[in-house]
Amino acid sequence: MLSFWQSSVGKKAAMGLTGLIVVGFVLVHMAGNLQFFVGPSKFNEYSHLLRHTLIELTWIVRLVLLAAIAVHITAAWQLTQRAKAARPVGYERRDAQVSTYASRAMRWGGVYLLVFIVYHILHFTTGTLHPAYDEAQAYGNVVIGFSSLWVSLFYLGAMALLSLHLYHGTWACLRSLGLAKPSSNPLERRIALIVAIVVPAGFSLLPLSVLLGIVR
Amino acid sequence: MNLTLRVWRQAGPAAAGAMREYRAEGISPDMSFLEMLDVVNEGLIAKGDEPIAFDHDCREGICGMCGMMINGAAHGPQRLTTACQLHMRSFSDGETITIEPWRATAFPVLKDLVVDRSAFDRIIQAGGFISAPTGSAVDGNAIPIPKLDADDAMDAAACIGCGACVAACPNASASLFTAAKISHLGSLPQGQPERSRRALAMVAQMDLESFGGCSLFGECMEACPKGISIDTINTMHRDFLFASATKRDVKEWSGGA
Ligand code: HEM
Ligand code: FES
Repeated sequence: MLSFWQSSVGKKAAMGLTGLIVVGFVLVHMAGNLQFFVGPSKFNEYSHLLRHTLIELTWIVRLVLLAAIAVHITAAWQLTQRAKAARPVGYERRDAQVSTYASRAMRWGGVYLLVFIVYHILHFTTGTLHPAYDEAQAYGNVVIGFSSLWVSLFYLGAMALLSLHLYHGTWACLRSLGLAKPSSNPLERRIALIVAIVVPAGFSLLPLSVLLGIVR
Repeated sequence: MNLTLRVWRQAGPAAAGAMREYRAEGISPDMSFLEMLDVVNEGLIAKGDEPIAFDHDCREGICGMCGMMINGAAHGPQRLTTACQLHMRSFSDGETITIEPWRATAFPVLKDLVVDRSAFDRIIQAGGFISAPTGSAVDGNAIPIPKLDADDAMDAAACIGCGACVAACPNASASLFTAAKISHLGSLPQGQPERSRRALAMVAQMDLESFGGCSLFGECMEACPKGISIDTINTMHRDFLFASATKRDVKEWSGGA
């Protein structure tokens, strides 16, 4: 187990597995959020379900996600340090030939996502950074939260980076886990594209609809 | 053709280096890139200057010695082509060409454009072999091998160990090289006895040599003069994970033969 974690391949597989867990979570989270458009009572009911009726399940999910993100970030950090040490003297000129922008944005995009996750929890889960938080009024919290232009822009920026992270990550994680099938038009590329569009777009509907005054 | 070259010059492993500018004049578009450097070097020698050191051997794209970074691309602008097989017609008259050695901790610069790639040899020594009985060769087709497996093995075996994958990788990772060797032997019946041990040992050696990890940027596959696919990296990960989970055939090996 230790030698597995010490290996660069082991760390990458751990990133792939933990990434996949979080991909599963964001899919479910996004779908759940769409109940916002059914109306206040439905959305508040959903919030009550997660915060009271199913609180044990919620805590299990929280702990799994926390552990997954911790492993993910630790491996990301260590692999980044390893990569830096592997080329201390850079080239005067090295042009990216085929790597996608998404693949090159994984590191700084990941840091943005980390800041976002912390802010997001303090904003809508604990209410610490929310101007008028009311535990029982999830719907109202969202409307008030997103009526600030800056807050909405920060969320939308995070969703743009989430899209890039998902585009590279959903494709890469299957390969890190050795599960991909050789193909010139890999299925996982197409799945990654769909995930990278659908998940951030679904999340973004909430701040957009509040900003544009469609939902009040 | 007349060209301006910007070349990394470094007198020795411990010496400080710098980019220096040279003129390459009267170059024929039919010359190879290395022949162009030969012409420049003759001029330098005639002037009593130190010629530009670069590695080469076969000059026909099979030995893997001639790697260098040309205008920001490993082996230069032509796909599936080593520097020795690259022709000057790939450049335009009057162009400035930047030439640098491979850059990686694991590939220290020995002189100018020459790097030490023995880290690759040690990765091979760690497990890039099979236990075959010596003596006369077995009859052809004595061991049946499905065509698709033979094709996979052959594609991976095309690796010439030039180091372009490491050079082009933003992480300076040797994953494509190591994965090519693991896939090559792992695709064949002869490679099965050591398959798990090979994956563990070669990956461990790759890490020991201070190469970076794989982020699946895909730059290695584009730089590879033999077109080795990053699908081999998927195979390396699969073999490594399987071996880590089962520890199959690891114990027998630690005892020695
Ligand atoms: C919490 C902040 C995060 C940080 C700092 C972070 C960082 C990174 C980095 C640096 C990589 C590339 C590693 C490499 O190949 O060198 C990566 C890959 C990945 N990330 Fe994240 N990430 C974060 C959050 C997320 C989230 C929220 C998700 C899911 C929605 C996710 C899913 C993935 C996946 C699936 C991969 C691919 C792993 C692989 O290639 O096998 N990450 N992450
Ligand atoms: S000199 Fe042998 S591959 Fe270029």
